[in-house]
Amino acid sequence: MNKDTEITNLIDAYLRDELTPAERSDFQQKRNNDPAFDLNVVEHENLVRHLKEYGERVQLTSDMNAIYEEIDIDALKREAKPELPLIHRLWAKYRVSTAIAATVAMVAVFGTLFMTGYFSEAISTNYTQMRREINSIKRSQNALIKNIGDKPSKAPANPGQFGGTGFALSSNGYVVTNYHVIKGADSVYVQNSLGEAFKVRQIYTDPAHDIAVLQIVDPAFKLATLPYTFKKSASDVGQTVYTIGFPRDDQVYGEGYVSSRNGFAGDTVAYQVSIPVNPGNSGGPLLDSKGNVVGIINGKQKFADGAAFAIKSNYILESIAAIPQDSLENKLVLNKRNTLTGLSRQDQIKKLEPYIFMVKVY
Amino acid sequence: MRKEIKSSLPADNEIILGILNDSKDILNRLYKTYFPMVLQLVLNNNGNEDDAKDVFQESVIVLYNKVKSGNFELNSKLKTFIYSVCRRLWLKRLNAQSRNMRNVEDFSEFIPVEDDLEKHEEKDRQFHLMEQALKQLGEPCKTIIEDYYLQNRSMQEISEKFGYTNADNAKTQKYKCLQRLKKIFFQS
Repeated sequence: MNKDTEITNLIDAYLRDELTPAERSDFQQKRNNDPAFDLNVVEHENLVRHLKEYGERVQLTSDMNAIYEEIDIDALKREAKPELPLIHRLWAKYRVSTAIAATVAMVAVFGTLFMTGYFSEAISTNYTQMRREINSIKRSQNALIKNIGDKPSKAPANPGQFGGTGFALSSNGYVVTNYHVIKGADSVYVQNSLGEAFKVRQIYTDPAHDIAVLQIVDPAFKLATLPYTFKKSASDVGQTVYTIGFPRDDQVYGEGYVSSRNGFAGDTVAYQVSIPVNPGNSGGPLLDSKGNVVGIINGKQKFADGAAFAIKSNYILESIAAIPQDSLENKLVLNKRNTLTGLSRQDQIKKLEPYIFMVKVY
Repeated sequence: MRKEIKSSLPADNEIILGILNDSKDILNRLYKTYFPMVLQLVLNNNGNEDDAKDVFQESVIVLYNKVKSGNFELNSKLKTFIYSVCRRLWLKRLNAQSRNMRNVEDFSEFIPVEDDLEKHEEKDRQFHLMEQALKQLGEPCKTIIEDYYLQNRSMQEISEKFGYTNADNAKTQKYKCLQRLKKIFFQS
């Protein structure tokens, strides 16, 4: 054996504690005196330590593997994770796919609706019709209220449920208003500026153009000749116009101008008018400065300033023409002569006052 | 947290003493006491029983190294320690498989064990290094080294086993093997 081998064996013997006390003290002595030898010992020790750690871990792992083999793993598994009902397992497995599928479906549905313009119809909720809800009692309760009222009276005792405005078409008791004002009514009355109420019946309704023609039932009712005429041609944008209506229990004047040739969402039946209107103005006349009726107020756009709408007057004329004249008790003859032209606005309003009615709907 | 699986616990200091004495019985009890808890954790967080076995055994190795390093002081329950190590190891594995778990379903309280795991990683690295080195060493060196240093066999036994004419030849062979191992291990 050469020297190196002997040194190694010596160190091994030292590490295994196989040296006699004399050899041991010799060994220590040598370590202290010979740094190269000491380094050799340290290196050796280090390697052996790593080796032993390796060995211990291999041993430990094989011991543990043996223990693992003894364990009834299936029984433990059942206890550790009880099988969930089928539906839970499916849900756990497929919930991500389900979420994706649902998202795709939603995108497809709303995308399609959007592409086909479904949502552009939804804007019509921005549009409000200007009839006035006088109180909140539902009309379905109306019959009950009437039964309680024991005395039949000519004018109704309770105020109307809804209100709007109407104006005379002729001196013999024909009145025009919006269809939406009298829609679904049990009975309709008109009340003039003096507070006199007259029962009316529906002669003609045109839901498409939102026009209703009424007739005052009282045969004795008679007005002086109408001061205004109906304009057949379209009004120009910028034309000054005014209206008189019943947004409350008194006549209210409002002034503005035609701001667009077409109405809400391009509706050619109506004008857009920049004029202050409120619930109750529906059915009111829209007059130009010469005293011609150019339209009939029927609504306004929500959340937009000064965007009211008025049905063009030629649709009023169309509606009147559509009434079979033979069925009428009194002939409906439109006034041809305008007596408002040239008057100041105040005088025009004074002359108009008796021809504009509050429409009360029960 | 869901209900945890109960089992009869050996006392913590009993286990630690057992570890220091290399008691097989204690290892057995340790294993059977705490493995169900780890199995529950892993099974309920996207793993199977083999994952649980690997993770648990690694945590036992961490515990053994910690105890045997001498400066062991237990500042939590042993159960909490094992659970925490396993939890951390399992999370790490899940991350490595990029199966991201946003929240782990827990069955026990846990403590931070980053320091222990850092030490463990170093040991782990050395373990694999040694494993690699021994493999590279080849036979008969590997067996001679293992027999002498790990099994603590005498040179006499070894020379008989390998058919050397005398113990000195075996010693020379062992010396050569050890030199080679030293070279491989410290150079890699």
